[in-house]
Amino acid sequence: MLMTLTTLNRPSLWTSRAFGEFGDLQDEINRLLDEPLAELHGEFFTGWAPPMDLVEDADNLVATLEVPGLKKEDIQVRVEDGVLSISGERKQDEKLEKAQAHRTERFYGKFHRAICLPKPVKVDAVKATYRDGVLTVTMPKTEEAKPKQIEVRMG
Amino acid sequence: MNTQVKTERHHGTGLEEPKYMVPKVDIFETGDEYLLQADMPGVGKDGIQISLDSNELTIVGHRTASREKAAASCTYLHRESAPVNFRRAFVLDPIIDTNRITAEMDQGVLTVHLPKAEKVKPRLIPVTD
Repeated sequence: MLMTLTTLNRPSLWTSRAFGEFGDLQDEINRLLDEPLAELHGEFFTGWAPPMDLVEDADNLVATLEVPGLKKEDIQVRVEDGVLSISGERKQDEKLEKAQAHRTERFYGKFHRAICLPKPVKVDAVKATYRDGVLTVTMPKTEEAKPKQIEVRMG
Repeated sequence: MNTQVKTERHHGTGLEEPKYMVPKVDIFETGDEYLLQADMPGVGKDGIQISLDSNELTIVGHRTASREKAAASCTYLHRESAPVNFRRAFVLDPIIDTNRITAEMDQGVLTVHLPKAEKVKPRLIPVTD
């Protein structure tokens, strides 16, 4: 269990701009890294690892996930034991099921991503919004986790 | 179906030119039209630019400006997204009626309707005496 969680908090090897054009390679790497987690959940992971970012500002940790074309009700967000977990499913448009497909590069089906949060957050105050195909999860940091200015006194 | 996809590759330093990512697309065909769907997360309706030059359709999705502005005030702890815009070009089949092309954007998915010209639509041929 602990082993699996440590793999989630992997270093950001692929943040360099030089890798910007290798979206497919990155997808593949994300998929490989996430597979042990899917086994933990007892379901076979079929291969969509949407890109996730995690940023920090003075008050919040903010995670964003690029998951275009979903319905709001098909996204689940959970924060538990210091792990943010996002899962969901993209469904094929029923009207197009009978249409002839000439090119199918986009992914349909389930996805699951999780990331260890490096700082404690107020679980009750977490908010998630979905706009332009990007899910944004805003997690306010607890008071203890916020940076503090220490006043220096004359001795 | 000749709706050929042009994938552009960048060579050289690339410093003088903005970088683009190729969006993933699906192309479907129904009786009346071709339907092109492209994944462009983070691109709003205002960030989309579709141009047609003779029979070459180019779609561009801008998303970097707002993102970089938002990112300026915070620190990246983990980053997988690429800080680039989207661009892809398609060579359209001559049977597409380019005057009636329409497009819509919904939650990061661009849908382009490419109607077939009236003369190529499937139709019943009446039998005359």
